[in-house]
Amino acid sequence: MITAERKPIDEIIEYIRPFQKILLVGCNECVTVCSAGGRKEVGILSSMLQMAFLKQGKSIQILEHTLERQCDPEYVEELVSMIDGVDAVLSMACGCGVQELARRYRNKPVFPAVNTKFMGASERQGVWAERCAGCGDCLLGITAGICPIARCSKQLMNGPCGGSTGGKCEISPDVDCAWALIWERLKALNLTDRYEEIIPAKDWRNGRGAGPRKIVREDLAE
Amino acid sequence: MKTESVLEKVLRSGNFAVTSECGPPRGAVPAKILEKAKMLGDYVDAVNVTDNQTAMVRMSSFGASLFLRQAGLHPILQMVTRDRNRLAMQADIIGAYSHGINTMLCLSGDHPKFGDHPMAAAVHDIDSIQFIQMVRKMRDEGKFQGGADIENPPKMFIGAAANPFADPFELRVARLAKKVAAGVDFIQTQCIFNLEKFELWMEGVRKRGLHEKCDILAGVTPIKTVGMARYMKNKVPGMDVPQHIVDRMAATPKEKQADEGIAICVEMIQRLRQIEGVAGIHLMAIEWEHKVPEIVQKAGLYPRPKIN
Repeated sequence: MITAERKPIDEIIEYIRPFQKILLVGCNECVTVCSAGGRKEVGILSSMLQMAFLKQGKSIQILEHTLERQCDPEYVEELVSMIDGVDAVLSMACGCGVQELARRYRNKPVFPAVNTKFMGASERQGVWAERCAGCGDCLLGITAGICPIARCSKQLMNGPCGGSTGGKCEISPDVDCAWALIWERLKALNLTDRYEEIIPAKDWRNGRGAGPRKIVREDLAE
Repeated sequence: MKTESVLEKVLRSGNFAVTSECGPPRGAVPAKILEKAKMLGDYVDAVNVTDNQTAMVRMSSFGASLFLRQAGLHPILQMVTRDRNRLAMQADIIGAYSHGINTMLCLSGDHPKFGDHPMAAAVHDIDSIQFIQMVRKMRDEGKFQGGADIENPPKMFIGAAANPFADPFELRVARLAKKVAAGVDFIQTQCIFNLEKFELWMEGVRKRGLHEKCDILAGVTPIKTVGMARYMKNKVPGMDVPQHIVDRMAATPKEKQADEGIAICVEMIQRLRQIEGVAGIHLMAIEWEHKVPEIVQKAGLYPRPKIN
């Protein structure tokens, strides 16, 4: 899923300071799962903002609404009845959601309330870690299901660098060495011979190398 | 012979090679690089010129290598994949070769976290093994990585690094095998202090005959102080300094520690020379270049063979 973290409150305050009436929009998908921008976080941020402005002697009106999915035009359409009555929109969705609102409601200022981080998985309660870099040409089939592009600090495709120590990355003892993990798993699977096949230089056109990407499914596209 | 590289010629002549290292200055001060070059003078066969070493901006390896070349030395152009994509790297390779630089070292580079630009975006378009493949293809096939022909291909003698002390240890010989398969000509290892572990690695290397497919230059570093020994033991990732070396430095009076560090280094070189498959040493005297002549002489590696 896409992970996010709420922006510092002072940054959000500065975005909306010139406005009186704000629509604060959450999203029920990824940002709900990573506790960054779901219904609950919308409620908390709304109260925080009202209190912060009250302290500064300014009253602000905030409408709260959480969409099923903010990156999907069908759900974003739900906001039509609310948009005209507000001065600005504050989105707690990932960057896709913010841009979808900006695209649909082009005359309304839309501000992000979260920083979109990465594609990750839940390691344990309250901990999310990066797992996929969306490179567009998956290597997991030859790296024992562990991604060296997303998880090696140097994006090495053919083995660990000289800084790998005790299974940890040289940049931090909190970071696993992706290649130590790959090697352990190749051993467990009895597939160590595969390590010596050289993975060729990557074609980044499948990733960001060829500009913004698009998937068109002719069978589904209208 | 694949190239005109003096290092290749020294190795092919059966001589025990000696390379050293020279970090370019952090400013446009050619005098500093020339001063270091003069110290190394006749005592080494070729000099590694580091590329934004420890992820700190310095005079480019290419720029500094050119000064060395003009001073009559034989630079080894270091290049890291961290700072440039494959276009920029290939451009520099043909640029350097055009200026008579024919020996290089292909590295991934230290992570930006360790330097003074931790906020920088690292590139890593290719990794070190793909980098070796790219340079070999440029040299042997006369093709750019993208497939187009190169006019007057750069005949580079291709080096890379190996760290027998990093983990997982059992993977380290296999990693060298991958570099050999990619086309590496010579290897410079991480600084060796733990000789037993290095011998174990070399045993694995010999078992696979890798020492016959590439020349292995064993890395050595003179320790200046007991503080430096402790720092390398505890703080430098992938470095293995045994306790007995720290103890030996600690037992030496402060004013004698530098000499003791040199003595340890010379002993290490002599022991490394006895190991089958070690074709030379790579002397990394970090900001202590003026000690290189003394170490080379004491190790009995002077004079260097005269090769044009």
